[in-house]
Amino acid sequence: MNPEKVVFGFFIVLALTLNFGFFVGEMDNPDHHHVYELFAVVVVNLIATILKFGDRTQMGAVLLATSLVAVLQLLAAVIVWAAAVHISGSGLTPAVTASIVSLSGGAMLANVVSVVLLVIETVMLRR
Amino acid sequence: MDNIFFLAFRRMRQPLLLLLLTHAFATLGLTLIPGQDGVGNTWYMDFFHAFYFVSFMSTTIGFGEIPYEFTDAQRLWVIFSLYASVVVWFYAIGNLLSLVQDRSFRQALTERKFARRIRHQQQPFYIICGYGETGSALVRSLTDRHQSVVTIDTKQERIDALELENLRQYVPALCADARRPRHLIEAGLKHPLCKGVVALTNVNKVNLKIAITSKLLHPDIKVICRADSHDIEANMRSFGTNYIINPFDTFALHLATALQAPGLYVLQEWLAGSRQQQLKEPVYPPKSGHWIVCGYGRFGRAVYHRLKDEGIEPVVVEARPGLTGVPDGLYIEGRGTEAITLEEAGIRKAVGLVAGTDDDANNLSIIMTARELSSDLFVVARQSNLDNEQIFDAADADIVMHPSSIIADKIRVLLGTPLLHDFMGLAMYEEEEWTCSLVKKIALSLNTQLPAVWELKIDQNSALAVSNSLARGRVVSLSDLLRDPSNREHELECIPLLINRHGTSMMLPAPTTNIKQDDRLLFCGKINAADRMRWTLQNYHALDYVLTGETKPQGWVWKLLKRRKARVER
Repeated sequence: MNPEKVVFGFFIVLALTLNFGFFVGEMDNPDHHHVYELFAVVVVNLIATILKFGDRTQMGAVLLATSLVAVLQLLAAVIVWAAAVHISGSGLTPAVTASIVSLSGGAMLANVVSVVLLVIETVMLRR
Repeated sequence: MDNIFFLAFRRMRQPLLLLLLTHAFATLGLTLIPGQDGVGNTWYMDFFHAFYFVSFMSTTIGFGEIPYEFTDAQRLWVIFSLYASVVVWFYAIGNLLSLVQDRSFRQALTERKFARRIRHQQQPFYIICGYGETGSALVRSLTDRHQSVVTIDTKQERIDALELENLRQYVPALCADARRPRHLIEAGLKHPLCKGVVALTNVNKVNLKIAITSKLLHPDIKVICRADSHDIEANMRSFGTNYIINPFDTFALHLATALQAPGLYVLQEWLAGSRQQQLKEPVYPPKSGHWIVCGYGRFGRAVYHRLKDEGIEPVVVEARPGLTGVPDGLYIEGRGTEAITLEEAGIRKAVGLVAGTDDDANNLSIIMTARELSSDLFVVARQSNLDNEQIFDAADADIVMHPSSIIADKIRVLLGTPLLHDFMGLAMYEEEEWTCSLVKKIALSLNTQLPAVWELKIDQNSALAVSNSLARGRVVSLSDLLRDPSNREHELECIPLLINRHGTSMMLPAPTTNIKQDDRLLFCGKINAADRMRWTLQNYHALDYVLTGETKPQGWVWKLLKRRKARVER
C-alpha cells in the first residue's frame, strides 16, 4: 500500500463528493446551496491539485490537468458569488444562483473524470 | 529537459499545501466567530471579507480591522492565525528562494540554456572536450579561422577563463563531465552540423570514453583524441578513432624535423603555424657535435630517443633521475640551472642545448646560464605556459616550442584543412632542395606575411559554376582558376599545393593541369586571393570572363539585342 496513493485518492474522492453535495438541490434556490460547502470544495480541490505537482507520469499529468479545470471552474463560481453579494449588491437571485451552481456542475464533471482516471489506474496497476 | 519544472513543483508542494491549509483554516474560523457591527448587533463575517482580511494579515501588510472593529473573541482567533500564517508564508517564500539558489537547479538551468543554444546552431561546429592549455590554444586557433566551436570542461574556473578570453567568435561552454553521454549530446554530438569531436583532457580514460561515445552515437564524424600511452592509443585505434595524438611524440617529431630538415620545418611553421606570427627565417641547427638535453621526463625522453635516431649522442641532465629513470648513455644529476652541472655536462664544447624541463622559469634559467658559458650555442627551449611568451621572446632562443600550440595547430590542420596534413606527410619524403625551393617561392610571392591555406572541392556546393561547366563538357585548367576574375591578365597571389583526385594526390600540380569533377584542391597564398578565386568558382559570368576574356550579356534583353546585332552584322 502506497500512502501517497491513499492520501491522493482520499482528496480526489472527497473533492467529488463535496462538489456533488454542493451541486444537488434545486438549481436556482439559494437555500439548497450553502456557502460553507462551496468553501470546502474549493479548499479540497486546491489540495488535490497541489498534491499532483511534480508527478512526471502521463497519468499524473492528466490528473493535474483535470484538477486545474475543476479549480478554474470553482474560482469562477466564487467570483460570481462575491460579485453578486458584495459588489453589485443584488444578492443571490435565482439567476445568479443558477450560474454559480452550473459552474460548480462543470467542476464536478472534471472531478468525475479525475475519479474515473484514478479508478482506471488502480485497476490497471494491481499492486 | 523539463526536469527543472518538475523539480520546482515537487519542492513547492509541501510549502504550498501548508500555506493553503493555514489560510483556509484562518478564513473559516473568522466566518464562524460572531462579531458586532457598528450598532451592537451580532454579525458574522462572510467569506469575502474573511479571505480579504487573512490575505493582508498573512503577508504582514495589515490594513486594520474591517469592516467593523473586532470583538475580543475574533482578536483571539486572529492572534493564533496571524502567527501561524505569517510563519508559513515566510517558509514558502524562503523555500522558493533557496530553490532558485540551489546548485543543482542552477546547473539544470545553465545546461538547458546551453543545449538550446546548440540546437539552434547554424554553422558546422566542433566539440572540444577539455579547455586546458592545449584546448584553449585550439579554440583560439579555430575561432581565428572563423570556425565554430563548443567546449566542455569539468572545471568552472576554466569556463570562466574562456568567457574572459577575447575570441573572435562566441564559444558556448558548459561545465560538465564529458564522460556522461548526456552532456556530449547536449553539446551537439547528434547535431547534423557537428563535424568532429576533439578529446583533449589530460586523463586517458576520459578521452577513451569520449571517443567511444562519439563513434557510437555519430559514426560519420571525425574523432581526434589525445593519448599519453601506446596502450590506450591501440585501444582507441581499435574502434576507429580517426586521429590519435600523443603530445610527447608529436613534440619530439617536431624537434626532429627541425634538426633533420630545416626547410621542411620552416614550411610546416608557415603553412600550419598560427597566423599572428611573422614569416621567420629558416634556422639551421647543427646536425652533429655535442648536445645537452636538460630534463628527462616524458618530453625529454622522447627528444633523447629522437636525437639518438639522428645519430647524436646527447648528454642528459636531470634533477630527479630516481623518479624519471635514466638513459642508457651519459647522464648528470642536477637541475641544469647552475653553472657547475652544465660544466660537468660539457657545455664548453657543446653545439646544442635543449631546455626541456616542465618548468618555464627553470628552462629560462638554463638558457641564461648556458649562454654565459658558451656564446654560440644553438638553443631549443620548451615553453609550457602561453603567458610566458614575452620572456621567451626576450630570451631569444633559436627554437621555442610550446607543446600545447604544436598539438593545437596539428589538430586544427586535421579539422580545417585535412589536405594540408596529407601534403605535409608527402613532403616528408621529398628532398631538402625541393622543400627549400618551395619555401623560396612562397617567400617571394608573399613578402613577410604568413600564407593563408585553404582547400576547396569542385562540386555543386563550393564551386557551382565550375562544376556545371565541367558537366557540360567545357575544359577548365588550373591556370584558369589562378587568373584574377577582375583582370584576367593578372595572376592571383597564390600557389596550388596539391590536387587530390579520387584519393590519389598530386604534389605541386602544373598550371596546365585540367580540373575534373570532385577534385579537391589545396592552395596557399594571400587571404584575399581565396575570396577572388571564389568568384571564378561560383559565378558563371566571372568564369566565362576568365575562360574566354569576353564579358557576355547577362540579362535576357541584352542577350536578345546582341543576337540581333550579330544577325545584322552578318
